[in-house]
Amino acid sequence: MSTDPRADGVPLAAGYQRDHEVHPPLDYPGYRSTALRHPKRPLQLLPHMLTEVTGPVLGEGRIGETDNDLTRQHEDEPQGQRIIVHGQVRDSDGRPVPNTLIEIWQANAGGRYRHAVDNWPSPLDPNFSGVGRTLTDAQGRYRFVTIRPGAYPWGNHDNAWRPAHIHFSLFGQAFTQRLVTQMYFPGDPLFFQDPMWNSIPDEKARQRLVARFDYANTAPEWALAFEWDIVLRGRESTVFESEVDDG
Amino acid sequence: MSKGETTPSQTVGPYLHIGLPWPDGPYALAEEAEGGFWIRGTLYDGAGAPIPDGLIETWQADPEGRFDHPDDPRGAQAWPGFRGFGRCETDAEGRFGIRTLKPGPVPGLGGAMQAPHIDVSVFARGMLNRTVTRIYFPEEAEANAADPVLAAVPEPERATLIARPAEDGYVFDIRVQGKDETVFFDI
Repeated sequence: MSTDPRADGVPLAAGYQRDHEVHPPLDYPGYRSTALRHPKRPLQLLPHMLTEVTGPVLGEGRIGETDNDLTRQHEDEPQGQRIIVHGQVRDSDGRPVPNTLIEIWQANAGGRYRHAVDNWPSPLDPNFSGVGRTLTDAQGRYRFVTIRPGAYPWGNHDNAWRPAHIHFSLFGQAFTQRLVTQMYFPGDPLFFQDPMWNSIPDEKARQRLVARFDYANTAPEWALAFEWDIVLRGRESTVFESEVDDG
Repeated sequence: MSKGETTPSQTVGPYLHIGLPWPDGPYALAEEAEGGFWIRGTLYDGAGAPIPDGLIETWQADPEGRFDHPDDPRGAQAWPGFRGFGRCETDAEGRFGIRTLKPGPVPGLGGAMQAPHIDVSVFARGMLNRTVTRIYFPEEAEANAADPVLAAVPEPERATLIARPAEDGYVFDIRVQGKDETVFFDI
């Protein structure tokens, strides 16, 4: 068998649905840092071919024993409200996304990140790094134990505060499905003035970033629970056929 | 659930460096594996200033143009020491580097072959969603001329997608905005 793909007629897997309307624009004046960090030329349409419908398969080797429990990564327990954050990763056709890497990072209970350039006057917690990772199971489900993060001030506008949030990074199963986002908590009073929140054009899409308080999965005398499902792009229904062309 | 109800993107923010870098991130080809080279570059903003709070990710085929993934219809095939995926945070001067192998040509649509290329995601504070670009290779003039993705890019801008040769591999700078703005793709 030839290893020269030019000699093969290669059927390409279906591409992924485009979902631009869901995402914030790259140019959003309310978030000042976008000003010099968005392309001004129109984006070029990239058809989804092999490089785009494949992606890294990252497995157990990347996950340590306490990576999904941010309250057990140090000698003692961190300060703050212990919470369980769990949910399912699906695509927009409702199919679970199994065995995919999820990475999270967050501020501590007082709203401070363990990062060199975060120096607002709220103390670091020696027992909290604020970094976790896990793989979804066969049903696309994930679960973290962590501390409810605090809100924190920033310099975007007068008296600006970020609503409490946890950063989530997901790979899905294809380069095209890659997503980095933030999970918020229900009823946060800071949404109205937050440009990250307001940058999402559709109110219903914003609400999809808010976890649901999940009393049923609360661990009695231990931890509150929040449920947050994440939906990645589903597949197009059309399969393109690359034709044999050996000249 | 109806179609399109996907989860919106949000920025990685200023503190991505606590959550995303991996010690072996830059090694799309394992450190000890032979035959690799570096792709190094600097990420610039619209004022020409380096972006120190950014992250680059790369994804590419192996030297035979194949992917170690179930959706490669020719069958997933692993190349020794090769992950195909690289991740590197930018440093204080906006610099990044990925150690990898040169990908082979990759089948495209309608029988057309794509020139060797690497897909790139760019994340940064100030970006509400990732931006996506591609790296092509300077010694592949003929394949680049026939590449359907490059062909769709206006000619004067194509050069922004072609790496430059360097002593230990290639240089690929990324200019998010302004003069010589890199071409970015709607993915």
